Amino acid sequence: MTEAMKTGAIKVRGVHRRFQLGDQTVHALNDINLDITQGEYISVMGPSGSGKSTLLNMLGLLDVPDEGEYWLAGEDTVPMSEEARAGYRRDHIGFVFQSYHLVPRLSARENMELPMVLAGIPPAERRKRLAPVIQRLGLTERADHKPEQLSGGQRQRVAIGRAIIMQAPLLLADEPTGNLDTHSGADVVELLEELNAQGITLIVVTHDMALGQRAKRRLRMVDGAIVSDDTFAIPPTEEPAV
Amino acid sequence: MIRLQDHLTFTLRSLTRTRFRTTMQLVAMAIGVLAVVLLTGIGEGGRRFVMAEFASLGNDVLVMLPGRKETTGGLPPLTGEGTRDITLEDAQSLMRISGVERIAPIVVGISRLSISGLSRDSLVLGTTEDFFSIRDLAFSQGQAFTTREGSRSRSECILGATLRDELFGPKRALGQWINVADYRCRVTGVLTDSGTGFGFDMSNALILPVDNAMQIFNTEGLFRVMIQIENIDAVPAMTTAVEQQMKLRHDGQLDITIVTPDSLLSAFNNVLLIMTFSVAGIAAISLLVAGVLIMNMTLIGVAQRRAEIGLLKALGASSKEVRLLFITEATLLATSGAVLGMLIAEFILWGLRFKFPEVPFATPLWASVSAIGVSAIAGILFSWIPAQKAAKLPPVLALQAQAGK
Repeated sequence: MTEAMKTGAIKVRGVHRRFQLGDQTVHALNDINLDITQGEYISVMGPSGSGKSTLLNMLGLLDVPDEGEYWLAGEDTVPMSEEARAGYRRDHIGFVFQSYHLVPRLSARENMELPMVLAGIPPAERRKRLAPVIQRLGLTERADHKPEQLSGGQRQRVAIGRAIIMQAPLLLADEPTGNLDTHSGADVVELLEELNAQGITLIVVTHDMALGQRAKRRLRMVDGAIVSDDTFAIPPTEEPAV
Repeated sequence: MIRLQDHLTFTLRSLTRTRFRTTMQLVAMAIGVLAVVLLTGIGEGGRRFVMAEFASLGNDVLVMLPGRKETTGGLPPLTGEGTRDITLEDAQSLMRISGVERIAPIVVGISRLSISGLSRDSLVLGTTEDFFSIRDLAFSQGQAFTTREGSRSRSECILGATLRDELFGPKRALGQWINVADYRCRVTGVLTDSGTGFGFDMSNALILPVDNAMQIFNTEGLFRVMIQIENIDAVPAMTTAVEQQMKLRHDGQLDITIVTPDSLLSAFNNVLLIMTFSVAGIAAISLLVAGVLIMNMTLIGVAQRRAEIGLLKALGASSKEVRLLFITEATLLATSGAVLGMLIAEFILWGLRFKFPEVPFATPLWASVSAIGVSAIAGILFSWIPAQKAAKLPPVLALQAQAGK
């Protein structure tokens, strides 16, 4: 994997996604066109059911569009096999979910290690990569605890650690502060923005206006379509998130 | 691609860190295998016990009895002449057939025994000393008949173990005189307790030389003749040879019946077959129960872990890897459960053998192999199908399964 290939450049063209709910077809994504360059900070907002989570899943290769093209790192991922997409997810995309999705029986360290284990990275290399990440996330003391022994904020930090351990250029966060109190939420946002400042592309899906408005580029979705796509020159405000 | 060692570590962790689930599945598997191995072990032990009882008769002994036993129908004899006796001379003539190793003519009757005013009825058997070697009878005291046949002074008798105890109690039996009807004999030997066999309880019998017994019962005809042959494989040929000889001596009439060990065994074949079938049936039912237990436990396990499958896929595991992880886990679990069950079963069987040494409790290999095979296959198959399903799901759907958690 060369550095040139590890860019988060995204090109979405004419993407549609429909779901069948009973005898009703829900048009979750309706003709989405999007260009994202490496290092952008984007928020996606909109009412419930507007398709923002579907968009995020699609961008994260967790879901496949019914039609259209989705170019990631110079290749159209739509015609790829599921196996190839799995490899792409591992190398290019980090996920942060609202409900953390940690493996309950694994310690914080092992949870963060998991993507490297799945990628077949040797243990020595894994340890070398883990140490700075654990330190940076402030989890040194808690690294050997199980998720159930950690606070919500700590759990989300473990999830972020897991998302960045493969040095993926693209970080997708779905309501990352949704289950957290104000203080831990602000912590997590600060961490995410720090990562963005270092060049990672950050896409945050949220209901939360305050969080959404911290991003320079703000997408608004209604009924599966992007209705506004504004870029603000001003840097994020310093008021705390939430 | 995930490294082999990491693959195993991941699997082992998922087994050792979810102890309740692992224990329950292990128990289900072990009980299934335990049931099969134990039941077939007990059943097979019983079957082999019965077989051994028959084998004690000796495979190389033909038994000749007077009269023709036919089951093929036909008219009853109209000549008015009964079947002819097998005489002592007939029996002795069989020794001239090559391939006959020993013969033992037998007469049987009930007679009144008395010693110093006490008397009781007892089974009395007349035979020759070869009888003891044919039947593998051993003496706890004394020995077989000491004088040769035909000699005048053959007033000897041998007692079965129970009869000796009943007649003499703690007193010495050897050398004592017993009245058998009008005949007096001296006890020259006592048999060890060898149990029953071939319809006689030898421990309750008094054994006399055959000619004396024939005098007491006033008969010319023998009850049975036991014929021990040299070569077990020659049973059919020897049967024919003996029949030919007897036909020759009885004016061309075949009026004897020869019971071979085979025909004896085949008479009991139905019993043994039913026994084998019931053992097989028990085994099949236990295997089925084991399979269902394993299936349920595995299905629950996979349903609980659907979200984890989704997560692993989101983190970059391919469907193939996810399946492989689950299959490895199921295989490990099934194998250790099966081995555990088998060890427990073997331990119990060992205990049973210890407690009842005469019954050879042991599980036939086919039962152990099929028990382990079936439980392994059930464990793998029933985790393969749901794992396959979960792996096929788009990761997003599998992840949503946990969303409510």
